[in-house]
Amino acid sequence: MYVAVKGGETAIQNAHRLLADRRRGDRSLPAITIEQVVEQLGLAVDRVMAEASLYDRSLAALAVRQARGDMIEAIFILRAYRTTLPRFGSSEPIDTAGMKIERRISATYKDLPGGQLLGPTFDYTHRLLDPSLIGDGAVAEPARKEPGEAVMRVSDILDSDGLIEGDGTMPEGNVPGDLTREPMEFPMPRDLRLQALARGDEGFLLALAYSTQRGYGRTHPFVGEIRIGEVEVELDLPELGFAVSLGVIRVTECQMINQFKGSANEPPQFTRGYGLVFGQSERKAMSMSLVDRALRTEEFGEDIVAPAQDQEFVISHADNVQATGFVEHLKLPHYVDFQAELDLVRRMRRDYEAARDGEGDMKEAAE
Amino acid sequence: MSATEKRADPSEPAAERRDAIRHLARATLAELSAAWEAIADKPEVAPVRGPETGLVMVRGRIGGGGDPFNLGEATVTRATVRLSGGEIGHGQLLGTDKERARYAAIFDALFQSPAHRPAVKALQRQIAARLLAEERRKAEETAATRVDFFTMVRGED
Amino acid sequence: MTAQSQIYAGGFADPEFEAQSVFRTLMDCFARPGRIGRLTALATPPSPLGMASGAVALTLCDHDTPVWLSSALVKSAAPNWIAFHTGAPVIELKDEARFAFVERDGAVPGFDQFALGTAEYPDRSTTLVVEVDALTGGRPFIGRGPGIKDEVVIAPKGLPDLFLDLWAANRALFPRGIDLVLTAEESVLCLPRTTRLSIKG
Repeated sequence: MYVAVKGGETAIQNAHRLLADRRRGDRSLPAITIEQVVEQLGLAVDRVMAEASLYDRSLAALAVRQARGDMIEAIFILRAYRTTLPRFGSSEPIDTAGMKIERRISATYKDLPGGQLLGPTFDYTHRLLDPSLIGDGAVAEPARKEPGEAVMRVSDILDSDGLIEGDGTMPEGNVPGDLTREPMEFPMPRDLRLQALARGDEGFLLALAYSTQRGYGRTHPFVGEIRIGEVEVELDLPELGFAVSLGVIRVTECQMINQFKGSANEPPQFTRGYGLVFGQSERKAMSMSLVDRALRTEEFGEDIVAPAQDQEFVISHADNVQATGFVEHLKLPHYVDFQAELDLVRRMRRDYEAARDGEGDMKEAAE
Repeated sequence: MSATEKRADPSEPAAERRDAIRHLARATLAELSAAWEAIADKPEVAPVRGPETGLVMVRGRIGGGGDPFNLGEATVTRATVRLSGGEIGHGQLLGTDKERARYAAIFDALFQSPAHRPAVKALQRQIAARLLAEERRKAEETAATRVDFFTMVRGED
Repeated sequence: MTAQSQIYAGGFADPEFEAQSVFRTLMDCFARPGRIGRLTALATPPSPLGMASGAVALTLCDHDTPVWLSSALVKSAAPNWIAFHTGAPVIELKDEARFAFVERDGAVPGFDQFALGTAEYPDRSTTLVVEVDALTGGRPFIGRGPGIKDEVVIAPKGLPDLFLDLWAANRALFPRGIDLVLTAEESVLCLPRTTRLSIKG
């Protein structure tokens, strides 16, 4: 039996109106401005940019406001907006070595050239809820000090001993793969995996990273370096014959250093995982670097024993827009499917009852 | 040589123009419009393309120094204009601000006109000074958070 | 016109709407093969790229579609014009091109030299845009197939002599193969690979 399904247009219009009302909330309160979200909820903006895979602070802030703070909803909105814009080209690869450093720490070297620069970190707060933030009290200007020596890359320090593998290379003549243009196919090369991880859900990657530390594909990791700051984005202009600067973006980079005992072809050395994310997103960059290393098991002749090492599992489920699309689609009318299921279950039930009654008869007959 | 060809002199150092474009991409709307207002003999400006907003795929390097990979896209707005003197200027910058992109294109075109280049260079100096001050301030604030391990040394005396 | 002004001039004055109208016409003409569609939006590309071919380029080509150009077009200002107005990379390898352009009276390479798609992705093929003398008045062919009610007469003027053989060879590769847009003056005539052509009479 078919049930005619029609969208209730009036119901939907009214639902949208109700949503707008709930989003605005108490009218006696001032509305949140986009500028306030950009400035004061900057890390939310950063997460939305990273997972929507679109760097634009104002648009991400608008998405956060529109989504009433539902991060994945905001990511969805911004990711959808992306599809309305034409692609002008690809930038020159950003130079994180030339970053204007806002934070730089290393867990492997205490007193490295350039020093440990804590930046605006939460790390040493005591995680006590702060009642002073209830009001709008004055906030002091930050302390200032004369900048010291230049900041040197940790991987360069280790490299001089020849004990650490080099930066990642792709096959000769490789054009970086693009998930937004090609269907996903496995096995997936590292450049595409990194693109997928960079836009991957922070919670999912955090859990997988945690799993590698708990022994599901153990790699003995150390944070070689985390750096956060602004880098220049340059675009080659054929009309001019050279690349021009478009401005700067903020990124977080994590170099994770892992032990490798060596194999038939490779000597014992430190291997690396790499994390690079839009905005100030340290947890995400660290998780990304741990998962990046886990996904490289086959390169080192290691066995795939854990979910974090399984490319198809990790990459297929990392994108929260894709994930929510399929999970939330279950809300759509499945009335016809369900009627069919209902009929089937009823029939199976009748067969089951009949079989049971039949056994009962046989039992009686036997007695 | 026609007047147009003379202005588009290919022997002009690309580095200087590149530098001007870098500063123009960071200019605020206030800086750009004020500089434009200050020009006495404004040339006519005709649009060639845009201003239009699109995407640029930002690339990173694997490991930080290795082969490129696609990190994610950024909004970019660009414009190309032609001045009455024939100069073609290109403006392109991160974000969605069409006015800024248009002004950046105008000043890139003005840069190629010997008569107007001083005005562009003055604007450049202004932008550079502001950026330098901002970078300096941020560097000093970051430096104040540098861990000074030596102050933890306990003296016996 | 100086080389520089040739590059920057001649694009759509109102890109969104003009590209949409050209796209609509192309879509209709691919859906009804043999129909002649008159473009209401035209481009003025550098010669020898024609107005209708130029409009097709502005509408369909972008950063993701490598473009192959005939040798006469490569020597003109067309590569820079296409690069500026569409962002499309102009390449030398025919079998990597998504679009290929040949000017009026230019030599048309054998279709099988272009990208023909794969069994899994037959659409990863080249669309050829060839300017001819006229879309009517030439040797008539009968066209049959999807989008054609019974049959249609197609008679473009200025096709290569071996055109029917080239087309038959393309048909033999189905579902792989190339698709064709013929342009003349301000009009287009589209031949998807699904259309069968035979000599009239």
